[in-house]
Amino acid sequence: MADSIRLEVTRYRPEGDSGPEVQEYDVPLRKEWTVLDGLNHVKDEVDTTLAFRWSCRMGICGSCGMNVDGEPKLTCATFLSDYAPGPVRVEPLANFPIVRDLVVDLYDFMEKLPRVKPWIIRDDDLTVIDGEYLQTPEELDAYKQFSMCINCMLCYAACPVYGLDPEFIGPAAIALAERYDLDSRDRGARERLDVLIEHEGVWGCTFVGECTRVCPKHVDPAGAIQRYKLKAAKENVMAFLLPRGAR
Amino acid sequence: MTEVRVHHRPISTWWWTRKPTYFVFVMRELSSIFVAWFVVYLLMLVYAVGRGEAAYEDFLAWAATPWVVVLNVVASLFLVLHVVTWFNLTPQAMDVRIRGQKAPASLVVASQYVGLAVVSAFVLWLVTR
Amino acid sequence: MTARRPRKRRIEPLVWLMFSGGGVMAAVFLPVLVFLFALAFPLGWISPPDHDHLLAVVGHPVTFLFLLGMFVVLLVHSAHRFRYTLYDGLQLKRKRMVAVLCYGAAVVGSIAAVVVLWAAT
Ligand code: SF4
Ligand code: FES
Repeated sequence: MADSIRLEVTRYRPEGDSGPEVQEYDVPLRKEWTVLDGLNHVKDEVDTTLAFRWSCRMGICGSCGMNVDGEPKLTCATFLSDYAPGPVRVEPLANFPIVRDLVVDLYDFMEKLPRVKPWIIRDDDLTVIDGEYLQTPEELDAYKQFSMCINCMLCYAACPVYGLDPEFIGPAAIALAERYDLDSRDRGARERLDVLIEHEGVWGCTFVGECTRVCPKHVDPAGAIQRYKLKAAKENVMAFLLPRGAR
Repeated sequence: MTEVRVHHRPISTWWWTRKPTYFVFVMRELSSIFVAWFVVYLLMLVYAVGRGEAAYEDFLAWAATPWVVVLNVVASLFLVLHVVTWFNLTPQAMDVRIRGQKAPASLVVASQYVGLAVVSAFVLWLVTR
Repeated sequence: MTARRPRKRRIEPLVWLMFSGGGVMAAVFLPVLVFLFALAFPLGWISPPDHDHLLAVVGHPVTFLFLLGMFVVLLVHSAHRFRYTLYDGLQLKRKRMVAVLCYGAAVVGSIAAVVVLWAAT
């Protein structure tokens, strides 16, 4: 194994007047080194001006997402040795505006997420004194997969529909809506459907399936979106068939 | 807060040629043209059958001319792509449960091929009986 | 919080249902029809059914209804998919016009299907 590998890193300085440029760095190629380790090596030893986000280094916080050789990846879970002999292209997550170097602006998602009300909605308001909401293992199982999301935004970076039509509410937000819909304690399905049945809700999705392919937590947002379409369709058929009062 | 000058990256018209999965996706979507073609083709067949024996014979002869055959072969390949992708995506799109348990994806896919086989056998029997 | 607002009736779910139905029909019924009538019979791999028999099958009311339903959902399926291919693949901006043209073609095709099938019964 060669003892170093070249990183081709996107640099962008908002205060300059040029667009993004590529800068090359050679970093040690070690068996246990991830792309993030390579970037940290650059930051510590070579070029302290390089900006990128990370925190946990163990695939939990979801802040280290970048496009590695064109694929959205958690850089802390992507090994340099898989790209030997290199070079490896490291770019900011696709489909988001670049703030600086490898840091992207996630404002759009932050604005969209609360629209689907990703919290438990109840008709009644029980206090702690009334006791807890019990849930069986099966009930937990129904939504668990969708609750694994770490908001890493890899799915948004992989989604061509989101890239082309930024109005689209996007994979993770819809998967999170489904997570609460499927929770036995929740009563908010209808409110969420009101949001997602809109045009920028689920209908723009053409089931490319890339979101599910790149998701590091196996959340399957694409599946969640198709199920929402079916839900919305059923609801609509009911609205046509039944008089208003009966619903 | 200071205004940050963010950079927006444009998306190339050729984005779908950059990754194999994107390319297969666009080909899958283009199968729609060929599905529409087969509707037209089958309607022409029905029309010919309705007009009588001679028109039906003419239609079959026309359908055997080279350019029609080439078109139909290409269209059939796209139809196969549609069938395979459609069946493969079904377990994701539908939450099939058997006695409360999530049905394995392979079972859902396999049962669709069984359906396809049954329908095909029936149609074959109906038209060649 | 529990007040139920009347829900607006929407066209998207209906179109999507027809798109999905068309996708199923295209996957389950179209392959055998295409194999027989576009390849096997014209190319003589299987000897084609005689005209009287085919006319009897096509002229049957059940076949009429079935074929009509199938053609309509297949056309909606194609129109819907092609519409989004134009949006995504070619990044067309005049979305409303694309939608009108695609679904319009499906409607015209459906009318043609009624006429042709009717003539054959
Ligand atoms: S759904 Fe998966 S890819 Fe998308 S933000 Fe959540 S964890 Fe990341
Ligand atoms: S650094 Fe936390 S997920 Fe990679």
